Amino acid sequence: MGSITLQKVSKVFGEAKVIPSIDLEITDGEFVVFVGPSGCGKSTLLRLIAGLEDVSGGHILIDGKDVTQSAPAERGLAMVFQSYALYPHMSVRNNIAFPLKMAKMEKSAIDKKVTDAARVLNLTDYLERRPSQLSGGQRQRVAIGRAIVREPSAFLFDEPLSNLDAALRGTMRLEISDLHHQLKTTMVYVTHDQVEAMTMADKIVVLNRGNIEQVGSPLDLYRSPRNLFVAGFIGSPHMNFVDGAYAQSKNAKTAGIRPEHLNLSKDSGIWRGTVKVAEHLGADTFLHLDVEGIGQITARCDGEFGAYHGDTVYMTPDEAKLHRFDDKGLALKA
Amino acid sequence: MARNVTTKHKITATVAAWIVALIIFFPILYTIITSIKTEPEAIAGFSLWPSGTFENYITVQTQRDYLKPFMNSVILSVGSTILALIIAIPSAWAMAFSPTKRTKDILMWMLSTKMMPAVAVLVPIYLLFRDFGLLDSRIGLTVMLTLINLPIVVWMLYTYFREIPGEILEAARMDGAGLWQEIVYVLTPMAVPGIASTLLLNIILAWNESFWTIRLSTTNAAPLTAFIASFSSPQGLFWAKLSAASTMAIAPILILGWFSQKQLVRGLTFGAVK
Repeated sequence: MGSITLQKVSKVFGEAKVIPSIDLEITDGEFVVFVGPSGCGKSTLLRLIAGLEDVSGGHILIDGKDVTQSAPAERGLAMVFQSYALYPHMSVRNNIAFPLKMAKMEKSAIDKKVTDAARVLNLTDYLERRPSQLSGGQRQRVAIGRAIVREPSAFLFDEPLSNLDAALRGTMRLEISDLHHQLKTTMVYVTHDQVEAMTMADKIVVLNRGNIEQVGSPLDLYRSPRNLFVAGFIGSPHMNFVDGAYAQSKNAKTAGIRPEHLNLSKDSGIWRGTVKVAEHLGADTFLHLDVEGIGQITARCDGEFGAYHGDTVYMTPDEAKLHRFDDKGLALKA
Repeated sequence: MARNVTTKHKITATVAAWIVALIIFFPILYTIITSIKTEPEAIAGFSLWPSGTFENYITVQTQRDYLKPFMNSVILSVGSTILALIIAIPSAWAMAFSPTKRTKDILMWMLSTKMMPAVAVLVPIYLLFRDFGLLDSRIGLTVMLTLINLPIVVWMLYTYFREIPGEILEAARMDGAGLWQEIVYVLTPMAVPGIASTLLLNIILAWNESFWTIRLSTTNAAPLTAFIASFSSPQGLFWAKLSAASTMAIAPILILGWFSQKQLVRGLTFGAVK
């Protein structure tokens, strides 16, 4: 079991209100991602759940039990840190076995668990090595191994992939998702990378300045962002925001249109723009355009479209996929 | 081509390093050479070729027993180092792991005491020692050496402890380690190399300290520094005997230093390269 409930949780550092007040429900077995720009309080929130920071107000419940005042180890959670935080003086085997030794488990049981975890994580050949002799990806796996042997009620990940290179990040992303399918244990994952959030999460929690902006499945957030912040944060490249006459014609203060929801043509369309930069990714091309009377617009088109710096391109927004926001930045219902 | 340049560069660097090392080591080398000269040879002028006599060592040993000052040196340097560590470990620990706004100021203030010339406090210290009956006592000198080196010991330990990442301690806490287990299984193994090199460096500093040890001791508590000095006084200067005494005094610490090079270098360059 591993449900986590936050009730009016707040955190104050000196004068700074990092988290004003948060209510959140994480159900058992869910993969929840906290995402937001740096300084939005997502890591602090995770550390509050872990018990590494004391809450300034409110309650934290794990499986219905109030753990607000409990020490980190008593909460039955396991955490994977950004820096991996492996014990440098211990072998991989002892690193993974450490939490079991602390739990005073029998030696034969520890050996079996460590061997099993090493097999799952492809670490069998490295058990006698020190962390300094491993690559970044292997260290990350050791950190995960140390977490899974404890059979925690939930895993907490604090930006675990940010120290890895892009290729390895992709692989580890799949491995963690795969692990979640195998273990079916609650996972709470913190990242500033919206691609990680979209690809891994069952439920995304978008945070901004210590407040929850929106909670929902990746596609919910993509299709119906609640406000300008979520609309701009989720999706890559970012959504285009258009003010002025065009927005007013749609009865909104601001109109939002995703780069992939612009129909492009070389001869006709309602907006006319000049290509500033064309990023050719192969299958897709991102066009960064200067549009008359509108400003900067990013459009996503097929790799075969063939537009280059200086070309004139016409665009028509897909009306069905247009987002409209009022003067408070909140989304207007269609 | 690139490889050629590198090799050339390496050779130059090696030669330069050897020259610098020789210049630094030369006074010690010349002391050893002089110690195996006869007295007339020793005052005759610069020469690197001694006659190879060990007479001076025998004379030195018969005139003044080596063992007593040697034991005093051991007691003073080891004793003062252990005392300094007992005080410095908790204080450096506190400053490294729970720093306050004033931590930097306190560290600076500690170091500033080392900026004062020792002779400036000679008279008050001497009078204090006299009034407390500490003159020529091992306890008095041990305390004195502890206090002299304490700022350096605290600074070194502080930089070591600062290098232990906080996340590792948090990981241990998540893994169910209590405070005591955290100290025994995680912190201590990571801190031991730092403590070891601090210990070694401080023993060397205490062993070589001569200003206070010579001035505050006469016979009972006199360490090897006073032993050397005693050969330069009443009857005039006997270079060869003085050199023999010096060689005997520095030999133990040189040997200790040689065997603990790795720890020492790590200690001295710690924090310099990250």
